[in-house]
Amino acid sequence: MIVFIIRRLIATVFLLIIVSMVTFAIFFLLPKLGGQTTYGLATQYVGRNPTRSAVLQIEQQLGLNNPIYVQYWHYLSAIVAGEHYNAGAQSVYCPPPCFGYSFKSQQPVWPQMVSDIPVTASLALGAAVLWLAAGITIGVISALRRGTIFDRASMGAALAGVSLPIFFTGLVSLELFSYKWPIFPNVQYVAITANPLLWAKNLVLPWICLAFLYAALYARLTRAGMLETMSEDYIRTARAKGLPERTVIIKHGLRAALTPILTIFGLDLGLLLGGAIITEVTFSLHGLGLFTIEAIQNQDFPEIMGVVMLAAFFIVIANMIVDILYSVVDPRVRH
Amino acid sequence: MPASGATGERGIGGDEVQGGRGRRLAGAWRGGGRPASAPAGADGMSLPGSRSMLEVQDLRVHFATDDGLVKSVDGISFSLERGRTLGIVGESGSGKSVTSLAIMGLHHGTGADIDGRIWLDGEELVNADPGRVRQLRGSKMAMIFQDPLSSLHPYYTVGAQIIEAYLVHNQVGRKAAREHAIEMLNRVGIPQAATRVDDYPHQFSGGMRQRAMIAMALSCDPELLIADEPTTALDVTVQAQILDLISDLQQEYHSAVIIITHDLGVVAELSDDILVMYAGKAAEYGSAEDVFDRAGHPYTWGLLSSMPRLDRERAERLTPIKGTPPSLINVPPGCAFHPRCAYADRTGGRSTTEVPRLRELDPGHLVACHLTADQRLEIRGDDIKVRP
Repeated sequence: MIVFIIRRLIATVFLLIIVSMVTFAIFFLLPKLGGQTTYGLATQYVGRNPTRSAVLQIEQQLGLNNPIYVQYWHYLSAIVAGEHYNAGAQSVYCPPPCFGYSFKSQQPVWPQMVSDIPVTASLALGAAVLWLAAGITIGVISALRRGTIFDRASMGAALAGVSLPIFFTGLVSLELFSYKWPIFPNVQYVAITANPLLWAKNLVLPWICLAFLYAALYARLTRAGMLETMSEDYIRTARAKGLPERTVIIKHGLRAALTPILTIFGLDLGLLLGGAIITEVTFSLHGLGLFTIEAIQNQDFPEIMGVVMLAAFFIVIANMIVDILYSVVDPRVRH
Repeated sequence: MPASGATGERGIGGDEVQGGRGRRLAGAWRGGGRPASAPAGADGMSLPGSRSMLEVQDLRVHFATDDGLVKSVDGISFSLERGRTLGIVGESGSGKSVTSLAIMGLHHGTGADIDGRIWLDGEELVNADPGRVRQLRGSKMAMIFQDPLSSLHPYYTVGAQIIEAYLVHNQVGRKAAREHAIEMLNRVGIPQAATRVDDYPHQFSGGMRQRAMIAMALSCDPELLIADEPTTALDVTVQAQILDLISDLQQEYHSAVIIITHDLGVVAELSDDILVMYAGKAAEYGSAEDVFDRAGHPYTWGLLSSMPRLDRERAERLTPIKGTPPSLINVPPGCAFHPRCAYADRTGGRSTTEVPRLRELDPGHLVACHLTADQRLEIRGDDIKVRP
């Protein structure tokens, strides 16, 4: 088990290095291969209408004339050890983990992202709890009462949930519950450390809207999984032992049905942690999603690179955790 | 006496029960000389305590499907004593497994329509509260299944699964239950049971898995053990070991055993009585000697002559039963076996119009066939493939 985890950890580190290489190549190698001059490349890192000297300074600053592997090495070492940037007159220190320095906002990238992580994490984790609880419960009951009104109604609702985008459900729920009946007025992010109650209250609507989308998917997945496992031979064995039906369903049926859901959950959560873009925009929550949108709109390359790396990091880590959990859940993976 | 109200078929069922027992029980409750068609379960009903450990009377299990009513089991009766083994033989789809699942109450919630009576140690099961049947499952009656790999839960250790079976029926601590599980694994011949108890099913070999299944089934000391094709998924070398184990344990626990199989060799080794099923009905029912040495039903002859035997000439080819088992939705009229029966033409057309009733050939040996005793003797004389 320990060996398995260590193996997974090492693989994860390698995967992250590869991700950083690919990201780096997209931003620094591909333009070069496309025939762009280092001066042109440097121009993109400066604000609008830059002076020639400013561009040259940045070109030198980013070491764009160095061989690509040297540049990559600088990029990596900055993440681990930090980096000094000369912005204008004074030198700026970008402490580790330094994901680059945004010359447009005159700030290192990392601190900006860090302040947005709790917003996205609150949104994603809260919604995840909701959609897992609702999706799995509805899925199990639907599977056990296959063909009944409950099954049809919940699967119909699930279809609606999968089909309705958040910018629709979000705006409708805001209109209804924030403006018309102000149960959740003035939705904005409040740090959990500042006021846990307000934190939760303000996130209720985004949570429900985001969870609705995923709960629908998970209900269908759980239902399909349960229908399959409940017809397995070992379920018949469990019943033949005289176990109460509840134990048969939860301990023997659901446990096996949940493994594929665990995999998808890891991917979904990892992806969401990198930014729930539409939900954040709809509810004006300044998380990584909004950060990404703004970075793209401003063509702020270091910020885009930083958020790409961070999102990739979340997905890779989430998958690693899923892999490890998988081996806990399914002993056949371990041996 | 509900007997008078019973249909003819029910009466036959009763007879079968009685016939099966009369042979080996003191005839205390058996009305001697009663006509074969007289409803018989009645005597047993009025005398509690005289009933067999397991009595199945006119069991019917029907499934309503989109294509029509599937009569998987259509009027099966038999009885079984402690310490005895009944072999239920038949092709796939003959209703063997459905019968056993009905006894275990495992059709509950599948939409099966179950009719008839099942008494386990005097307690009626078909109309019993499902919760009560659940309590009996695993404790008083247990079952082992065909494929031990898919029948064991892949996510739990073998020990955990045995412990679970024991804990649900016994008020003991986890530690005692674990000791018990190790003891059971020891008893079914798993080496190093104390360490293997923490292994997962996939770490066991096929034969060991079936041993573990048996350990699980026997963990609460059931009075009835149903083995549904217990050796089908196993290597031939392991099959014999498992059969020996079942038979040894039966003697040790003195339980009643039902072996369900399509393999006559398995039945020959273990069974005291044999019930041959065809299309949900009993074709032949009697002691192992009756069925093997004095088989009376053409279907049984077919089964016997399609079984490889060492005492037969090598040059002689196996004789398969022609055709395929009938659809249980459109069962052939008359005798369900007649389209495949080589002797159907000798019954003067009765086999295509009239459902044959179980008749007593010898005391305790019942056959559902229109052939007369003379015809049967004649055929036996002609047909060298059936042992005289």
